[in-house]
Amino acid sequence: MAGRLYTKSHEWITVEGKSVTVGITDFAQSQLGDVVFLELPTTGRKLDAGESFGVVESVKAASDLYSPVAGRVTTVNEQLAAKPELINSDPYGEGWILKLELTGDLPKDFMDEATYKKSTESQS
Amino acid sequence: MVDFGGWELPQQYSSIRDEHIAVRTVAGLFDISHMGRFKVTGAGAFDFLQSLLTNDLSRIAEGRAQYNLMCNEEGGILDDLVVYWGDDGFFVVVNASNRERDLDWMRSHAPRAVDVEDRTFELALIALQGPKAEGLMPADGLDDLSYFGFRPAEVAGISALVSRPGYTGEDGFEIFVPADRVAKVWDTILESGAPHGVLPAGLGARDATRLEAALRLYGNDMDESVNPYEAGLGWTVRLDKGEFIGRDALARVKSGGPKRTLVGLKTAPGDIARHGAAVRSQDRQVGSVTSGTHSFFLGHPIALALVEVASLPVGETASVDVRGRQASAEVVQLPFYRGSARSAAGSAKS
Repeated sequence: MAGRLYTKSHEWITVEGKSVTVGITDFAQSQLGDVVFLELPTTGRKLDAGESFGVVESVKAASDLYSPVAGRVTTVNEQLAAKPELINSDPYGEGWILKLELTGDLPKDFMDEATYKKSTESQS
Repeated sequence: MVDFGGWELPQQYSSIRDEHIAVRTVAGLFDISHMGRFKVTGAGAFDFLQSLLTNDLSRIAEGRAQYNLMCNEEGGILDDLVVYWGDDGFFVVVNASNRERDLDWMRSHAPRAVDVEDRTFELALIALQGPKAEGLMPADGLDDLSYFGFRPAEVAGISALVSRPGYTGEDGFEIFVPADRVAKVWDTILESGAPHGVLPAGLGARDATRLEAALRLYGNDMDESVNPYEAGLGWTVRLDKGEFIGRDALARVKSGGPKRTLVGLKTAPGDIARHGAAVRSQDRQVGSVTSGTHSFFLGHPIALALVEVASLPVGETASVDVRGRQASAEVVQLPFYRGSARSAAGSAKS
């Protein structure tokens, strides 16, 4: 998908106007292994950029999720409660995690797909 | 890939969930070549092993294997292992992470006439485990092989030694085959088994299935600070067989009663209690989690915890640390799941 941006902590975002969709990357899900549970915020919660907003629990470990931008949570992917495995099977599609409404500027330090891929090659 | 006792092993080949379900419903194929394998030979080999290990080898005979423990003088568990009684000596299969320490320990106690040889790198070891394993083995004449029995067999046309123990709670076979010929055996089992649903299975599925069957993992559920009675493995200690290392200490533990015991915990979906998490009963810490995972097969997380004796009887509600908060845990009967293993010696008696 064009326009997907990546963070060092392995989240991705897409931006449409003020609305930002957040998920974790394919690399992240492959490192986590089978996801069994997500602890997610309620809508309306305000997050700072870099703030931990939840936990993804895989068979291997519990990992914090970080908000790549400052914003207010508008939608949480309710499907994940019953089907956390969507994070593994479709991390960029049905496995999206939440949508935020930007409250500040978009940070500039995101990576594009090629740069992100390169950054993960040394870690896999 | 994850590091496991110095070996690179796959956590999963496809998905832990699918591999786990395959082991429980059809069969999964594990590469367990990382397990340490020693050959113990010489005139005094039997007496040497009897003096080193807690179980009584005179209860088995040539052609059979036995689950066993090696303890230190204080009765702490150095390793859990399986001894195979072969026609030309004994074969001892130990945990990968303990291989070098075990080898040193065994050699330092071995009399001159006994030779302990490390054969880990010559032989590969793979395991087909699942309720349909027997019909899916590309080998003849295994149907009357008993639980913990072993014999030579042609597997996929390759000469191998086939045994029938397991670490999943299911029926199944372990196949010892020369390392340079294991690929053919592996590929044949997978190719012929694929239409039936056989999957290669990684460490994730191995850990989940052994935990459901309440089979202890060395380094997690027990170590030198834990004695066999605390680990629920008192049935492997034969105080009446004669002298062995740790016997006096273990006799004292047995007569006084162990101070701790392993219990099973069941938690709500998402509340995976991890190794080291504190376990409380009425706000008092009574122990900690030794192993925990999500059971895809049972549909909820499960954990083993080492706790004060009698602090958490079956049916009691405990609380356990999960991600910094107190999660409710139900104390349940072990094993969490009883599979198709013919006689689940490891789980049924514990």
